[in-house]
Amino acid sequence: MNADQHTSENNQQMVMDAESMEKAIRRMAHEIVERHDSLDKIVLAGIPTRGVEVARRLADHIEKIEGVRPYFGTLDISMHRDDLSTRGRVTALEVTRLPMDIDNRPLVIVDDVFFTGRTTRAALDALASFGRPSIIQLAVLVDRGHRELPIRPDYVGKNLPTSLEQKIRVRFENLDSVPDSVFVIKP
Amino acid sequence: MSSWKRKDLTGLDELDADEITFLLDTARAFKGVGKRSLKKVPALRGKTLVNFFVEPSTRTRTSFEIAAMRLSADVVNISATASSLQKGETLKDTALNLQALQADMIVLRHSSPGSSRFLAERLNSSIINAGDGAHEHPTQGLLDIFTIREKFGRIEGLNVAIVGDILFSRVARSNIFGLLKLGAKVTLVGPSTLVPKSFEKLGVRVIHRIDDVLAEADVVNLLRIQHERQRKEYFPGLGEYVALFGLTKARAAKLKPSCLIMHPGPINRGIEIDSDVADGSQSVILEQVTNGIAVRMAVLYSCAGGAGVPV
Repeated sequence: MNADQHTSENNQQMVMDAESMEKAIRRMAHEIVERHDSLDKIVLAGIPTRGVEVARRLADHIEKIEGVRPYFGTLDISMHRDDLSTRGRVTALEVTRLPMDIDNRPLVIVDDVFFTGRTTRAALDALASFGRPSIIQLAVLVDRGHRELPIRPDYVGKNLPTSLEQKIRVRFENLDSVPDSVFVIKP
Repeated sequence: MSSWKRKDLTGLDELDADEITFLLDTARAFKGVGKRSLKKVPALRGKTLVNFFVEPSTRTRTSFEIAAMRLSADVVNISATASSLQKGETLKDTALNLQALQADMIVLRHSSPGSSRFLAERLNSSIINAGDGAHEHPTQGLLDIFTIREKFGRIEGLNVAIVGDILFSRVARSNIFGLLKLGAKVTLVGPSTLVPKSFEKLGVRVIHRIDDVLAEADVVNLLRIQHERQRKEYFPGLGEYVALFGLTKARAAKLKPSCLIMHPGPINRGIEIDSDVADGSQSVILEQVTNGIAVRMAVLYSCAGGAGVPV
């Protein structure tokens, strides 16, 4: 992620602005509402850092649509990944915050970008140590392709075909002090 | 975003404030693992950890063992009596053999100061210092600081009194280094034989009357009087120590209600701490033990991940 900061402006292309992100998240919220009966039981589990923000905004929209605020939490998956010793450096972990009991509740894993699917696999492993939700779904703001596992998102804000060399940069104004935006960074 | 790039933890003296904060934050995430019904994560699956204890210890070794198991590592315990050191092999040769057996991490307790650093510089395995002579016991220092930070939300500006046998104490040294880096004010309290004025060079205050710190202290950390190690000339007797430095009920009553009472254990009830005070509401002695697992998980996790960095 740090390498992005050194890329010159010419190599970036904005693919979503604040308005299109807002619309995409609102549409995803409607889709979640459409597919779930018991919104008071549903859990939105955001993967740090920006998945948590997407989950928070989904919760805001669902509350506006249905008048019920779904529980949203944080699911840190770093300690469930299988590539600890090959990453070369360790980044800070976030505290996982989920309702005490996730058994028999519908749960939606929320992330900003869907890429290989390995993060989602780690999230599924992590969830197994917390309980047994009635159903687990996946919502992502951007699906950039290149799945390496048989996992696919249930709710997608934007499908964005990319090459492996490209990077996706998602920014939220309240976290990053720049306007809400999604950029494709070319190598 | 902060990150960790070390393969070893040999002391808190060598870390900067950001690195200490990184470990404390990571430990907070791992503390959550201990509250789950399934208290195990796969982070160190396939890694082998050797607990190599050349000095006796039960609680530190057990704490490391639980921490490693919760991270899914495989654990082997080697104690001094079972080791080849008794047959004349040098520490370095023993450690090289452990490395040849493909130990990814070695948790070392040894009576010689600097023994962990010595191995860290010579081995590719991660070395975690679990106490090297009177030098440092970094994970104990971290768990004490973690416990304080959890209660107060910060370290900066707190008045921390460390009482007792400072001269022989690696726990005191690790606490002093870590607390000062995070901005606490540290006061050492004890008889001049056990708390020499020379400690002031580290940036702490040294006093010889416990009654002078009771009113201002946010934390009182009582160190165990290592009476099995004391030679007679350090203090006249346990009775006199209790009278002058023990945290009696009368003294505990003068503490602020928010003041934490800590002890690295094993406690000598009735010597450095009154039995009722040890069990009282201000005592966090058993929380320290629980936090020790989370802190050691954080250290093992971070050093295993940091080991991927070319040295």
